[in-house]
Amino acid sequence: MSASRSIQAGEPVALGIAPAHDGTDAQALPVFAAEARVLGLPASTWPRILAPLIIGMLALGLWEFAVRANGIPSYVLPGPLLIGQTLVADWGTLSGSLWITLRITFMALAAAVIVGVTLAVLFTQSKWLEMSLLPYAVILQVTPIVAIAPLIIIWAGDINLSLLICAWIVAFFPILSNTILGLNSADHNLINLFQLYGATRWQTLRYLKLPAALPYFLAGLKISGGLALIGAVVAEFVAGTGGSASGLAYRILESGYQLKIPRVFAALIMISVSGIAIFLVTSWISHLALRRWHESALKREN
Amino acid sequence: MDTASLSTAARPHIDVEKPLVSIRHVSKQFANGTLAVRDVDLDLGSGQFISLLGPSGCGKSTLLRMIAGLGSPSSGTIDWPRTSHDAAGRPERDLGFVFQDPTLMPWATALGNVMMPLTLKGVRRREAEARAAEMLALVGLKGFEKSYPRELSGGMKMRVSIARGLVLRPKILLMDEPFAALDEITRHRLNDDLLELWWKERFTAVFVTHSVFESVYLSKRIVVMAARPGRVMADLDVDAPYPRDELFRTSADYAHLCRVVSGKLKEAIGS
Repeated sequence: MSASRSIQAGEPVALGIAPAHDGTDAQALPVFAAEARVLGLPASTWPRILAPLIIGMLALGLWEFAVRANGIPSYVLPGPLLIGQTLVADWGTLSGSLWITLRITFMALAAAVIVGVTLAVLFTQSKWLEMSLLPYAVILQVTPIVAIAPLIIIWAGDINLSLLICAWIVAFFPILSNTILGLNSADHNLINLFQLYGATRWQTLRYLKLPAALPYFLAGLKISGGLALIGAVVAEFVAGTGGSASGLAYRILESGYQLKIPRVFAALIMISVSGIAIFLVTSWISHLALRRWHESALKREN
Repeated sequence: MDTASLSTAARPHIDVEKPLVSIRHVSKQFANGTLAVRDVDLDLGSGQFISLLGPSGCGKSTLLRMIAGLGSPSSGTIDWPRTSHDAAGRPERDLGFVFQDPTLMPWATALGNVMMPLTLKGVRRREAEARAAEMLALVGLKGFEKSYPRELSGGMKMRVSIARGLVLRPKILLMDEPFAALDEITRHRLNDDLLELWWKERFTAVFVTHSVFESVYLSKRIVVMAARPGRVMADLDVDAPYPRDELFRTSADYAHLCRVVSGKLKEAIGS
């Protein structure tokens, strides 16, 4: 029936706002996803954990089978079971070395954060400082650490200090460049607004630029966490020094010379697992810091 | 000597009659040569609701930013006759500014955003929170203090932005097409609420818009501007009483006023 749709002259007509919608903007609030949880984790997280796990198990099974079926000697390619056994048997030595490597890694990462953020803040406060120093930071970044590590070891004298410097050089640039980008990406109108209210430099930094830089800094931290570990391991390889206080890289070298290949693999696994752990921890920190407000940390319903 | 003549003799210009902002022969030329604003003369009176109406590119936003002190005129002066000046001779502009986008800090809650001007002025935290919460309630956002901008709708974000603009209780609130990006229903709502707020708080409102309907609905006075170069073409008084509401929006008076202003705007664009 089209009669009910036509508007008669003189008849009051409700135009525009439907009665069900009172027109308040509260009814236009965004909708966020609230997911069902399985064993304490969101349901959609499980496939992301299980799928790679299953693939990993299959690959390990295939590896073990290939080694056994072909009778490959353990000094060429040990099977995963043997590697696991070695990991348990040599845990005393290896965990000591792991601790040494991790200590260098974390000290280098801490130094990278402090120096990177401080330099970034100074650079954004003074264009002259940035123009003068940033090219050297880039040079430091593009120089292969393997090539300069021997020099650093000679100059620094102390082996731990030189390892720290090497790992720091590798780790600090992503934090520096990301934080600079973040500090410069504060909303221009917000900067205007701060000007209007007569904000001091310090206030603009504290209340506007640093919070705006946080997501960028955290992205840099994720990259630098892994790089610090790589830097520490590479520096240890170059240093190659003996003694009781030696890191995982030294264990790998040593075991390689002695043809204890299962131990090489065990040490390798420890490095990989450490790298994954560092990535997970930095991701978790990033998630905690950004989950309330940043686009990257929120799930939408659509 | 009677008292009336005495008072006029002693005070030839009563302070209250001075405009809040006095714009004289203001032009603005950008570095690329564009003449954004040409020879604008305007007095912004206290307590008025003034719209700057014009097509895009007529320099209305540029003018507004210069009034706020964001960018200075290439020639001419913008004075604040009723405001004290600092040692360098700059007026201590007592104003709030609302941008076209809500321009909120995404990492801060609604309360945190509204608190920001107070924090920058060194108001103690406890007091700042109380004043910001009061302001949020005034713009109709009671209960949303702890919400983050991304959890709010477009209209609500704009409300937060207005609350932030008003939290220092400025004499003048400058708004740069604040509702242009909102849907019509929300825009009508916000227009009503803004008028009510203006009626209650008695600040001077300067409202940049390209909508004839919006400017007629809101303003006491409409300054019509033309583009290339940006200049003032007409200065109209809107002769309709406040408070205005939905009834006014549907009245014949309103339609008539809109037609008149539209005509002026068409003239301005055509010339």
